Amino acid sequence: MNTTAVGAVRRTLAAPSLTLARRRPRRGGLQGSEFTWAIAFIVPYVAVFVAFVAYPVVYGLWMGHKPSLYAELYSDPIYLRTLVNTVIYLGIGVNLKMFLALLLSGFFMRRSWWTKGLLLIYVLPWAVPSLPTFISIHWMLNGQWGLINNTLWDLFHIDGPGWLDTSRWLALGSVIASHIWKWMPFWTVILLAGRMAIPQELYDAADVDGATGINRFIYVTFPLIANLYLICTLLSTIFTLGDFNTVFFVSGGGPALSTHVLATLGIRDAFQVARPDLGVATVMSALPLMIPLIIILMRKLRSTEVQL
Amino acid sequence: MTLSDGQRRRPNYRLRRNLSEAAAIVLALVLMVWTLAPIYNMVFVSLESSGDVFTNNIWPLDPSLKSFWVVLTEGYWYLQYFWHQFGNSIYVGAATTFLTLLIGSLASFSIGRMRLKNGWIVSNAALLTYVIPASFLAIPFYSIMIKYGLSNNLWSVIFAEVTFATPYAIFIFQQYGVSIPIELDEAARIDGASPLQVYLRIYLPLMAPALVAVGTYALLLAWNEYLYQFMLLSSVRSMTVPVALAQFLNSDEAPWNYMMATAIVYAIPPVAVYYAFRRRMTAGLTMGGVKG
Repeated sequence: MNTTAVGAVRRTLAAPSLTLARRRPRRGGLQGSEFTWAIAFIVPYVAVFVAFVAYPVVYGLWMGHKPSLYAELYSDPIYLRTLVNTVIYLGIGVNLKMFLALLLSGFFMRRSWWTKGLLLIYVLPWAVPSLPTFISIHWMLNGQWGLINNTLWDLFHIDGPGWLDTSRWLALGSVIASHIWKWMPFWTVILLAGRMAIPQELYDAADVDGATGINRFIYVTFPLIANLYLICTLLSTIFTLGDFNTVFFVSGGGPALSTHVLATLGIRDAFQVARPDLGVATVMSALPLMIPLIIILMRKLRSTEVQL
Repeated sequence: MTLSDGQRRRPNYRLRRNLSEAAAIVLALVLMVWTLAPIYNMVFVSLESSGDVFTNNIWPLDPSLKSFWVVLTEGYWYLQYFWHQFGNSIYVGAATTFLTLLIGSLASFSIGRMRLKNGWIVSNAALLTYVIPASFLAIPFYSIMIKYGLSNNLWSVIFAEVTFATPYAIFIFQQYGVSIPIELDEAARIDGASPLQVYLRIYLPLMAPALVAVGTYALLLAWNEYLYQFMLLSSVRSMTVPVALAQFLNSDEAPWNYMMATAIVYAIPPVAVYYAFRRRMTAGLTMGGVKG
């Protein structure tokens, strides 16, 4: 899902010429057969949208409309813990990931030959499907036979903990680390593209004015990619809110259902507990957070220009 | 005076540069270990024999390719239909790619090139779909697929993947289409070409880089996606590889070496596609966006 961000994010970098071309005046409306053709071309997408987006959305709203469902959720300690987990997962996972990606995108601006080779390896987590790697991480974190504890023992003679089955915080930390492992390369590449779009002349001018090192970043680079950084963070927040695979395969919600997030708890309620209405309500309870995010994002994505 | 000043500064500058180079190398090593650890673990476990999986080694004591052989010859009962499931994954991937390109390019041609009145509503609907997390729509989507009579059918998965890939396609096509002069369409129309001919002969060929970029994206999405395939496909013969792979986790003593070998076989095609089209993908996307 996250790869979709490339387009939207790149939109924000689009040059002004793009908007100019769009503002070309219309020459009358479409006429006769042309109009029929235009309608015929758009019908397939409209059909997909109505059948597989609009209908499920309306159906979902109907499934989760009863207030009693939310009362039931509110009195459920597992749900409340899930809510806390979701906030931690988003707050720490997304921001730590984006901040590291911002720093690393600066590192990959270096012009040495081996940095380019390293970048090819560095994007591997993004290129490999998530399922096999998350299963691999799940096994790595096994307290008894996992690679991590075996390595700890061989190097330092430390008995590592059972990362996934002893404590909620260790398991949640493992999930967050896995999330960062998987998605940091992607955002680094996006922010790297943002940095590369900054004209060299600006840096030359800053050089003349004596700005170097950290000052160069604070006064030149960051103001220019701040908007991109914000959009990326918002997009990443929404995508992470819907992230199912990481939690499902790394911790599986365990130990004792203590590391679920809304997306996985909703699916669990619907399919394992066989309460689809409760599952929909679980997911819908994220709407108060999601709707403002979506509104801000839609605005940001539509006003395509970044001040470069 | 100036000369000695310069001489005094130079060693300091060189020391600094060496220090920053050393720091960069340390950072690079840390990144390498961090990035490759889970992938090393996959390869390492897949090379072990069944007995060695539950020991405390950090490299295979007696590496063998036997697990891969078991996977490729369907020699374990969880892997009975491996090639059939692999075929299912290819089928879903191919159909999703084709439909996404077709539906996405037709819609963006209509909105962007023919300037359909109120086409922006469709653009916005697509944008909205793009920011709704797919997993949030999963439960009602499942109920609706049963209503459509498509449960446990590969087409239900194909429709799901197309639904979530097309919005992205429409964006990229619309952005990229701006760089193709509209005068080309107008000239063709004056010469008597129908809209269909303009679409086939002018629009599609000129959009080739964007088609490659979006096609790669849709293929990888359909190949890698798990939740919808897991929900919608339940019988072993209709399953795709990721669903079959996750099935392993249901058994008590999962044969981790077979599982990791399956995972590697499953991961190789998308990684190959990714690296093969990486430049094209980036180029297509960059042309559409960054450079205007």
